[in-house]
Amino acid sequence: MRTTRRQFIKVSALGAGSLAVAASTLKWSAASSLFAGADASQAFTRSPTYCEVCFWQCAGWVYKDNDGRIQKIVGNDEDLHCNGRFCPRGTGGVGMYHDTDRLKTPLIRTVVDGEETFRVAGWDEALDYIAARMKEIASRYGPECVALFTHGSGGAHFGHMLKAFGSQSITAPSFAQCRGPREVAFLTTFGDIVYSPERTDIRDTKCLVLIGSHLGENMHNGQVQEMSDAIDKGATIITVDPRFSTVAGKSKFWLPIKPSTDMALLLAWIHVLIENGWYDKEYVERYTYGFEELKAHVKPFTPEWAYGITTIDPHVIRQTAKEMFNASPAVIIHPGRHVTWYGDDTQRLRAVAILNALLGSWGRRGGFYNPEKAEVPEYPVPPFPQPKRMPTEAYEGKYTLANEVVSNGLCEATIPTTDKSCNFKIWFVNGTNLMAALPDQETTLKAIDALELMVVIDTMPTEITGYADVILPECTFLERYDMLRKSPHREPNIALRMPATEPKYNSKPADWMARELGIRLGLEAWFPWNNIEEMLDWQLKQIGSSLEEMKRIGVKKFPRTADDLYFAPGEDISFNTNTGKIELYSTDMENEGFNPLPVYTPHEEPPEGFYRLIYGRAPMHTFSRTANNPNLTDLMDENTLWVNPKVAKMWGLKSGQYVKLSNQDNKVSTFSIRVRVTERIRWDSVYMVHGFGHNNTKLSRAHGRGVNDTELITRVKIDPVMGGTGMRGNFVTFVFDTDGKEAAV
Amino acid sequence: MREELIVSGRMNHLVDPNLHIWHWHIPLYLFLGGLAAGILFFASLYTILGKENEYRTAVKIAPFITPFILIIGLIALFLDLNHKLYFWRLYTTIRLESPMSWGAWTLMVVTPISFIWCALNIRELFPRWKWPHSLLDTAEAFFRKNIRTLSWILLIFSLILGVYTGILFSAFNARPLWNTSILGPLFLASGLSTGAAVIIFMSKSHRERMVFARIDLMLIGIEIFLIVHMFMGFLASTQVHIDAASLFLGGPYTTPFWLFVVTLGLVIPAVLEFLELRGFRVPHLIAPTLVIIGGFIFRFIIAYAGQESRWLY
Amino acid sequence: MRYAMAVDTKKCVGCSDCVVACQTENNVPIGYCRDWIVEVTDGTYPQLELEIRSERCNHCDNSPCVRCCPTGASHYSKGGTVLVTPDECIGCGACIASCPYDARFPHPDGHVDKCTFCLHNRVEKGLKPACVSVCPTKCMYFGDLDDPNSEVSVVLKKRKWKTLIPEAGTRPQHYFLI
Ligand SMILES: Nc1nc2c(c(=O)[nH]1)N[C@H]1C(S)=C(S)[C@@H](COP(=O)(O)OP(=O)(O)OC[C@H]3O[C@@H](n4cnc5c(=O)[nH]c(N)nc54)[C@H](O)[C@@H]3O)O[C@H]1N2
Ligand SMILES: Nc1nc2c(c(=O)[nH]1)N[C@H]1C(S)=C(S)[C@@H](COP(=O)(O)OP(=O)(O)OC[C@H]3O[C@@H](n4cnc5c(=O)[nH]c(N)nc54)[C@H](O)[C@@H]3O)O[C@H]1N2
Ligand code: SF4
Ligand code: SF4
Ligand code: SF4
Ligand code: SF4
Ligand code: SF4
Ligand SMILES: [Mo]
Repeated sequence: MRTTRRQFIKVSALGAGSLAVAASTLKWSAASSLFAGADASQAFTRSPTYCEVCFWQCAGWVYKDNDGRIQKIVGNDEDLHCNGRFCPRGTGGVGMYHDTDRLKTPLIRTVVDGEETFRVAGWDEALDYIAARMKEIASRYGPECVALFTHGSGGAHFGHMLKAFGSQSITAPSFAQCRGPREVAFLTTFGDIVYSPERTDIRDTKCLVLIGSHLGENMHNGQVQEMSDAIDKGATIITVDPRFSTVAGKSKFWLPIKPSTDMALLLAWIHVLIENGWYDKEYVERYTYGFEELKAHVKPFTPEWAYGITTIDPHVIRQTAKEMFNASPAVIIHPGRHVTWYGDDTQRLRAVAILNALLGSWGRRGGFYNPEKAEVPEYPVPPFPQPKRMPTEAYEGKYTLANEVVSNGLCEATIPTTDKSCNFKIWFVNGTNLMAALPDQETTLKAIDALELMVVIDTMPTEITGYADVILPECTFLERYDMLRKSPHREPNIALRMPATEPKYNSKPADWMARELGIRLGLEAWFPWNNIEEMLDWQLKQIGSSLEEMKRIGVKKFPRTADDLYFAPGEDISFNTNTGKIELYSTDMENEGFNPLPVYTPHEEPPEGFYRLIYGRAPMHTFSRTANNPNLTDLMDENTLWVNPKVAKMWGLKSGQYVKLSNQDNKVSTFSIRVRVTERIRWDSVYMVHGFGHNNTKLSRAHGRGVNDTELITRVKIDPVMGGTGMRGNFVTFVFDTDGKEAAV
Repeated sequence: MREELIVSGRMNHLVDPNLHIWHWHIPLYLFLGGLAAGILFFASLYTILGKENEYRTAVKIAPFITPFILIIGLIALFLDLNHKLYFWRLYTTIRLESPMSWGAWTLMVVTPISFIWCALNIRELFPRWKWPHSLLDTAEAFFRKNIRTLSWILLIFSLILGVYTGILFSAFNARPLWNTSILGPLFLASGLSTGAAVIIFMSKSHRERMVFARIDLMLIGIEIFLIVHMFMGFLASTQVHIDAASLFLGGPYTTPFWLFVVTLGLVIPAVLEFLELRGFRVPHLIAPTLVIIGGFIFRFIIAYAGQESRWLY
Repeated sequence: MRYAMAVDTKKCVGCSDCVVACQTENNVPIGYCRDWIVEVTDGTYPQLELEIRSERCNHCDNSPCVRCCPTGASHYSKGGTVLVTPDECIGCGACIASCPYDARFPHPDGHVDKCTFCLHNRVEKGLKPACVSVCPTKCMYFGDLDDPNSEVSVVLKKRKWKTLIPEAGTRPQHYFLI
C-alpha cells in the first residue's frame, strides 16, 4: 500500500490499556451452563429487532438469559423477510455484540513524536471537534463539500444531519458496486426497479434461472427459503455459473459458462424464444414496445453462435429455453444482485429483463410480483436547505442513467484535478469498509489523502477506521434503536429495532451521534425530538400503532391498498417508461447514446499463466464485516482459493498449502491463501470468498486470515450507463511465499 | 475426483481432524496391565501346580513389582480422565458391556491380591519381617491357608486382565483397526510374553530362565501367528479394514511396526531364545529386554494407529 | 416412542445455520460443535454431483457409546435419544472412541458432550430442536417414528433415504433424504 499523508493507524495501538473495559462477556462455557441453560430458557426475556448483519433486514427476537446476557437471536414468525428463521449470520449476530475487539471509545487522530496515532477522546470532545472542523471547512468550500458513504441503518441518521447541513451527497456501495446495473436495466425496461428484498416470486415459480446468482451461498434469507419451497414443489432450476455452486448442485441444468460471456447466452436464448414462438404473444403484444426491432436484432445470435463463445452446448441452450417457456409465466430469469462484473452489466441485465418480458413473467404469479411498502409519515421538520451543487455534478455528463448516487463517482471527485475544483473535503463513512467495498484501492486512498476531515462511524476496527481523523464507535444493532424498517414486500409491513441491552463500552447509537452533531452545528430545528423513542412513537401513532405495541410484537403487517400483487388477466397497464410500455427497445438508452438493444462485446481473457479472479459469498459470512465474529469464524476463519485439479497439477499445488497471488498489474496480495483443489471450478479461473484478508491487527481473529480480493481488483471496468464498477476483469497467478501466513500465525 | 469436506469448520478438541482422545496414558495403562497380568498369571499358575520353589522368581520375586505397575497404570488411567473428580463413578456401577468397567473392576480385584501376594512373600525379601499388628499376622495366616483358592482367583482374573487389555480396543467397532477379535488373545499373549520376559530378566536360576524362554518362544510364535491372521482378516474384509491395515502396509506405521514390534520385539528375541535353548551362549538379558520394549511399543502403535483408522462415509 | 431426524440433502445448502443455532441455544462453547456440515462432490468438471448433509449424533438404536460407557453416564433416554449425564461422566473417552461418526467431544468442563436432540430444553416443551427450527431451507424433519403422522415418518415414507455407515451396525436414527 502506498504511503499517504494520512497514515493507516492500527486502531488502539494505544486504546486498549486506557480503556480498562472488562473483556469477560464472552464466556460461553460458563461451568455447568449446559443444563442450567435449559431451565433459564423459561425465564428468557425477549425484545424485538431487525438484523443488521446484512441488508435483508430480517426481523427477530433477542433473548437474554437470567443474568441479562444476550443469549440468542431468533426470527420473528410474523416477518415476511425471514418467516421465523434467521440465516447463519443473523443467528451468529450475537457474536457482533460479544466481540471484545469492538471499537470501544471515540478516537481522534493526533501526532505524537512525529508518529500519527489515535488518542482516546470523550464523546463531547470528539463531537465538538468534528462540528468545529465541519463549520470551518464548510466556511471555505460550502456545506456541499461533505459526502456521506454509508451502508446500513446509521445512514438514515447521518443522512438527515447532512441534508440539514446542506449536502445531499449521500452514497452507498450497494448501488455502483452491487445492484445498480439491474435497477437501471429494469427501470429502463419495465419502468420500475427490482427492490430489496427482490420482488421475485420464487415461492410459486416453476422455473428459476440463476445467472451467476449463487443463492444458498448468497444467503439472502427469504430468497433461499423460497427457493427451497420451490424445490419442494418440483420447480426446475437452471444455473449459469462457471463454478459448480451450491445451487448448481441442486439444478436440473447447470450451464458451466465461460466467464464473461453471459451476454452471448442471453442473446441466444432470446433468439431461440423468438424463432420458435416460445414467448407470451398476448403479453408481448399488449405490453411491450420494440418487439420487431428486437426480433431483427437477435436474428444472427443462434445457439451455435453462442456455443463458440460460451462453450455451452447449443442443444442445452434450446432445451433450457423450452423449459423456461413451458413454465412461463411462472418463470424467473433472476436479475441477480451483485451484478457489477464486466462493465457492460446494465446491458446484460437489460437482456435479462427482455427475457422476462418475452416470457411474460413481470407482474405474474411465479414471476415478479408488485411489492408494496408501508407508508409511514416522517416526523415533521423544516424543509432541508437546497444545496448549491447536487452530487451528480461530481460526475457531470457521465453515468446519466444512474438512479442513485455513484459512490466511485464521489470518490474520484474528491481527488483534486487541474481542470475541476474539488467537490469534497469531508467524508463521513458509516458502516462501510471502503477498503474492501470499493475496488481500485489506490484511487480510494488518493481521495482519502485529499480530505481535510474524515469521520468513520463503525463498530469494529476494520481497515477504513485506520484512515479516519475521528472514529466514532457505534454500538451494535442489538444495543440501539434505528428507524423503522419499512421495506417493500407482498404485504406492507414495518419492523422495530430496539435495544436489547445497554450499549457496551463507551459506544453510542448513530441516531444519538447524528443528533448531537446536528445540535452542535446549530441544526436543532431538524432534530425537534428529545430522543429517538419519541420520534418513533410519533411516527407509529400516525399509522395506528405505538412504540409500546411494536415493542410487544416487533413486526406489524398492513393490508395492501389495492389488489395488485399480480396483473389481472387482460388488464391495461401503463408502465413508467417513455412509451408507457415495457421497452424491449429502450428509448432511455437510445436517448443517452447507448445501445437500445443489448449487444455482445467480448471481454479480455486471462493471459498465459494467469487465471480469472472470481469471487462470491460464503453463507456464513457477510462481506468483510463478519470476518472477526467469534461465532462465525468458528464456522469459517479464512477464505480458500478454489483451483481446478488440472491447474493444481500444472503448478504442483496441493490442497491446504498457502500461496500468495499476484495480479496482471503485479499487485501481490498482502497475505497468503489456502489452496482448495476442487473440481468445482473451471481451469481458466480461480475463486475466493470476498471479505477476508484483513490487515488491521486489532481484529484478533480476522487479521492475516486469507486474501482480500479487493486489493487484487486494480483494474475496474466502469459501466458507462450508470457508473458501476466491473470487478471481474482481473487475472491472478500464484506466488510461492508463505511469509504472509507465518506473519498471521 | 471425490471431495469430502466438513464445511462448517468442525474442530472439536481431541476429535478433529483425527481422533486423538487417547495419548500415552491408555497404552501405558494397557501395557502395564498386561505385564502385571502376565507375571501374576505365572505366579498363580505355578502355585496351583505346586511348583513355588522350582519357579521361585516367577512365584515369589517377580510379583513384587506388580502392585507398583498396577498403581502406575491406574495413575495413568486417572490422568487420562477429563472429568477426574468424578472418578469414583466407575465404582458405583458394574457395566457388563463396557470393557472400561470390566477393566476397572478387574483391577479392583487384582490390585489388592497383588498386595496380598507380596505380603505373603515379603520374607523372601526381608527375612526378618514382622507385621506391626497381630491382626495382620492373622490375615497372613488366613491367606496362606487359602493360598490355592487365592491362586485360582488370581489366575482367572489375571487372564481376564490380560484379555481385557486387548478387548478394550477390539470392542470399538468404530475404529476398524481395533475392530478384530484377534486383539484380545494377541494382547493376552503379548502380556504373558512380557511377563515371562520380566521373569527371565529377574531370575537367577538358569533352569527357570530356560523354562520361561521356552514359554516365551511359544508365546512369540502365537503372537506372530495372530498378527499374520489379523492382517489377513483385514485384507479380506471391507475397504475400511483394508485402509486400516494399510496404515501398516505402506502407511505411516509401517516402519515402527515391522521394525520395532515385529522384527526387534518378536523375531530377534525368538531367534535369540531359540539359540539359547539350543545351548548357544547368548547374553540372556537381550531377548527379554527386546520383548518388553516391543510389547510396550506395540500398545502405543495400536492405540495411535487405531485412532487414525476410521469409517469413511 | 422413537425420536428421529431426517435431513433433505436436496434442499440443504450447507449454510451451517443449524450449527450456530445449536451453539447459541445449547451454550456449546465457541470452538466446539454438536452438529456439522459435510459436502461431498463427485465427478470431473463439468460432470459433477453434490451432496450436502447436516450431521450430528445419530441417536443410534444400538449405540456403542452407551455400551462402552463404564459409569452409565451415556444412556438411552426418552424416545431412544442417547444422552450423557455430566455428573456421572468421568471423561474416559471410551464413548468418543466408540462412535463411528465422531459425534462426541470432550466438553471443556471435562464431561463428554454431544447432540441431545434438544430433548430437555426444547422437545419436552413441545418445541422442535433448535437446529430444525432455524433451518432456512426447512430441510430438517424431526419427530416420533412410532407416530405414522409425524413429519419425519411422513417424509421417510415419501422419499428415498439412507443412513450413514449402516454397516457399523449402530442402527442410526438420523436419516438423509436422497
Ligand atoms: N472485491 C469485492 N468488492 C465488493 C464486493 C465483492 O463481492 N467483492 N461486493 C460488493 C457489494 S455487493 C456490496 S453490497 C458492498 C458491501 O460493502 P460494505 O457494506 O461496505 O461491506 P463490509 O465490508 O461488510 O463493511 C461493513 C462495515 O460496516 C461495519 N459495521 C457493521 N455493523 C455496523 C453497525 O451496526 N454500525 C456501523 N456504524 N458500522 C457497522 C463493519 O465493521 C464494516 O467495517 O461491497 C461491494 N464490494
Ligand atoms: N452469505 C452472504 N450472503 C449475501 C451477502 C454476503 O455478504 N454473505 N451479500 C448480499 C449482497 S449485498 C449481495 S449483492 C448478494 C450477491 O450475491 P449474488 O448476486 O448471488 O452473487 P455474485 O457475487 O454476483 O456472484 C457470485 C457467483 O457468480 C459466479 N460468477 C463469476 N463470474 C461469472 C460470470 O462471468 N458469469 C456467471 N454467470 N457467473 C459468474 C461465481 O462463480 C459465483 O458463484 O449476496 C447477498 N447475500
Ligand atoms: S439474511 Fe441473515 S444476515 Fe441478512 S438480515 Fe436476514 S438474518 Fe440477518
Ligand atoms: S441450516 Fe439447514 S440448510 Fe443450513 S446447513 Fe443446516 S440443514 Fe443445511
Ligand atoms: S452417533 Fe455416536 S454418539 Fe450418537 S448414539 Fe450413535 S454411536 Fe452414540
Ligand atoms: S467419557 Fe463419560 S460418557 Fe463417555 S464413556 Fe466415559 S464416562 Fe461414559
Ligand atoms: S438437535 Fe439440538 S443438540 Fe442436536 S444438533 Fe440440533 S440443536 Fe444441537
Ligand atoms: Mo450487495
